This record gives sequence, C-alpha cells and structure tokens, in this order.
Amino acid sequence: MSTGGIRVRFAALLAVALVGLAGCGDDGDGAAAPGASAAGSGVTGQVTVFAAASLTESFTRIGEDFEAANPGTTVTFNFAGSSQLATQINQGAPADVFAAASPATMKTVTDAGNGDGTPVTFVRNQLVIAVPKGNPKGVTGLADLAKPGVKVALCAEQVPCGAAAAKALDAAGVKLTPVTLEQDVKAALSKVKLGEVDAALVYRTDAKAAPSDVDGVEFPESAGAVNDYPLVVLKDAPNKAAAQAFATYVRSDKGIAVLTAAGFQAP
Amino acid sequence: MGTRGTTVRRRGGSVPLPLVVPAALGLLFLVLPLAGLLVRAPWTTLPQRLTEPGVLTALRLSLQTATLATLLCLILGVPLAWLLARVPFPGRRVVRALVTVPLVLPPVVGGVALLLVFGRRGIVGGWLDSAFGITLPFTTTGVVLAEAFVAMPFLVIAVEGALRGADTRYEEAAATLGAGRWTTFTHVTLPLVAPGIAAGAVLCWARALGEFGATITFAGNFPGRTQTMPLAVYLALETDLQAAIVLSLILLAVSVTILASLRDKWIASP
Repeated sequence: MSTGGIRVRFAALLAVALVGLAGCGDDGDGAAAPGASAAGSGVTGQVTVFAAASLTESFTRIGEDFEAANPGTTVTFNFAGSSQLATQINQGAPADVFAAASPATMKTVTDAGNGDGTPVTFVRNQLVIAVPKGNPKGVTGLADLAKPGVKVALCAEQVPCGAAAAKALDAAGVKLTPVTLEQDVKAALSKVKLGEVDAALVYRTDAKAAPSDVDGVEFPESAGAVNDYPLVVLKDAPNKAAAQAFATYVRSDKGIAVLTAAGFQAP
Repeated sequence: MGTRGTTVRRRGGSVPLPLVVPAALGLLFLVLPLAGLLVRAPWTTLPQRLTEPGVLTALRLSLQTATLATLLCLILGVPLAWLLARVPFPGRRVVRALVTVPLVLPPVVGGVALLLVFGRRGIVGGWLDSAFGITLPFTTTGVVLAEAFVAMPFLVIAVEGALRGADTRYEEAAATLGAGRWTTFTHVTLPLVAPGIAAGAVLCWARALGEFGATITFAGNFPGRTQTMPLAVYLALETDLQAAIVLSLILLAVSVTILASLRDKWIASP
C-alpha cells in the first residue's frame, strides 16, 4: 500500500514537472513571436550568450540592463573557460552570441564556419597578481613569484589567461614552477581566496570582483600580454535579431561603462 | 550448485519480452556514447598521439593513485562496513546515511570541503602544516585523498551488503568454539565475504580512476604530480577535441581490460 502511495505521488510529481516544462516552452515561443513588443530595439525572446568566465559579473549586469531596455527579452548566460565554450559551440550547442577571452579561441569558432560576420574586439583585459587580502608574502612583482616558499597558481596554457601568463612571465624573464595549472581564471582566483596559494596570475577584472578576499598587484609586464576580447553573433543563432541587438548593446556607451567599471579597458 | 542453476534456468522457459526490450535499450544507452568516441577517434594519428610524453605520465599517475586510494579505502572501509553490519549501536542509521554523503555530494563540492578541512588554512591541514610541515593540497597524496573520499562509499556499501547477506551461523559457531571477535573476523568473516570485498574494491578502484571534480579542486592540476587522466582529458578538451578523445579511449581501454580480468579472477561469474 505504501509503495502504491509513493508511486501515485511520483506520477503526480512527474506530471507537474512535465506541465512546468511545457509551460516554459510556451512562454518562450510566445515571447519570440514577432511584434510582441514595441519597446527598445523591438526585439523579443530568448538570447543565449556564451561568455568567458572573466565576463561573469559585468555580463550578468549588462544582461539585466538589456532585459530592462528590451521588455520581452530574456538573456541566458553560459559562463565557462573560453576554449570549452568554443568546443561546445563547434559541437552544435544552441547559442546566439559568443564572447571569448582571446582571439585565438574565437578563431577556432570562426574557422569552423560558425561565426556570422567578423568578430569585433569589445574590451581588453590585463593580468594582475592576485594575492590574499593584506598581501602576507609581500609580493610586489613577477620576480617575487619565483621566490622559494611562494605558492603560485596559474591558468593552464590551454586557456587564454594561461597563455597570457606564460607570455608575461617570458617577457619578464621569470621562470617559476606553479603548484597548479587551473582550468579557468575563476578556479585560479578561488585558490587565492581560500588561502591555498600565495599568488595567482588573474585578470585585473577578476581581482577587482573579489575585493574582500583578494588584492590585485599590478606589474609592468602585463602590458605586453593584453588580452583582446572578441564578440561574434553565431551563424546558427536561434534568435539572430535579438543576438544582434545584444551585441550592439554590449558595445554601446552603457555596456562599455559597465565593463570599464569592472576593470576592463575600452579597445 | 551448478546443476541447480541449470534446472532453474530451464524451468523459467523463454525470456519475457518486457524484460528483454528495456534491457536491450539500457545496454544501448550505456554503450552508444562509447561507440561515439570510437567513431570520432582520429585513428590515423593515433600511434603518434599515444606516444606523446604527457599521456603515459598521466596514465601512470592515474593507475597509481587509484590503486593507493583503493588500498586506503580497504583499510578504513572494511572495518567501517563491519561495524555497520554487525554492531548495533545508537545512531547507526545516521552513520550509514553519512557514509553515503560523498555519493550525493557533487565532487567539486567535495573538493572544496576537503580544502576547508585539509587545506593550508583548514582545521586539520593547518595543524599538519604548523606541526609537521605537511601540506596536502597540490600533492599526489592530495589526489589519493580526494579519490578515496569519493570512492569509499562504493566499497563500504558493497561490503556491508555482503556482510548482511552472509550466514552469521558460521561466526556464531566460531564464537561457541572459543574464538574471539577479532579471530572470528579474520578467520571466518573475511574469507566468507571475500567476493563482496573484491567486488567493492573493483567498484571503488573504477570510481577513483574516473575521479575528476574533487581532484582538480583539492589537488589542483600539475603534470606528473596531480594531473590524472580525467584532468588531462578535460584540459585537452580546451584546445584539441581529438586529443581528448584519444586520452578518453586510452583510459577506457586500460580500465575495462583491468576490470574484466580482475572480475574473472576474483569474482566467480555465473
């Protein structure tokens, strides 16, 4: 008897879940119908944006602003390491806009013929040395990272922040053995936040996004390893009109203002 | 026993369709992704990719750490399973539920939790660091710990199941003949549930071999020290899908070969 009860309850739950799913689908379709909204740039519906992990804070903010300016639109983000996003896009993930942390990563998407038009650089980012609040090891430059007893986390060279770090270290002539090569910039930063490493090379924007746990130490060689952030609307974008509108909005004065406030540089 | 098995099978008649169809679908569901890997594998460049130096290093590290993690799980997990199966103590149900926590915990969360305890600023890790100068994160030992944390429940559950299914009359007989609890455990219980322990250890080893989330969070990623195969696959995926497929296939081939040969040796298959 008790199993019967459970089964009935499970079936009811399943039914509710299915109805819920169906409802979502209806909403999406309804909003995507042309002429549903006259405000903003006239676009509606869902925009799916694949963006580099370092854009998490600023793009979330820009997404909210865009939704407010264009009623009837919903912006959904997939934040991860740029290279992973590029792989997902090239394997057919349904995305409208791709914002990468490096031109090289963007190239893998455009080379595969998945970009619509030429990618545009919308911001630049520089590396800083992230150290735990108060800088307990007194790190002032790249050379300090090679000192014995200083544990350093870098990004793996396969991801843009790691490529930039390798370039900056080369430029400075500093050879160091990190304790770990993290899979994206946020993972490297979290090792600093947790106090497991004494320093990590992250973007200025990432250090700025964690002011209560982390200090950012600027260093001159970072100027030689500036990362351009390109943005492109994807060829198979399910909602191309809204994707174009979002891409334009990111590069508008309002969008750039959010990005520079987060520590990015205008191109 | 073998003859009884055959008569039962004969008496069952034909295999019922409502079982065969879902069974076939289930098998297909499990095997198709593997077929996908095989189809997309870059067979022509395979030999040169196999001999890349990083590949063997990661594979060796994976096999070593998974084996050490399994040993650690055996040393700690078998007594734990015995306690859960044989000793009635207050709060046993809670303890049993706690043992399964790593099964439901996302491994990344497990990795963060391990950092908070065994990390440099962790409760235990801070003491280890200041008293002995031992740090666990970013070391091979850290990989073993992360793998053991995630894999131990598989062993404990398997062994506890075997202990509960075992006939306790042998243990009672040993006790009446004057054997103490320790002697009974080593001379009667252990041989009795050996197949269960072997099955649990194999499961535990397989889970440890595939461990990713807790490892990369707690032990980080550094070639030769903490970069196991799953981590190498993940990073290869960042730039080179083909390389990722090759690495996955190697890991699969090695683990399936080892698991299949162990199964035949240790666990009597029907």
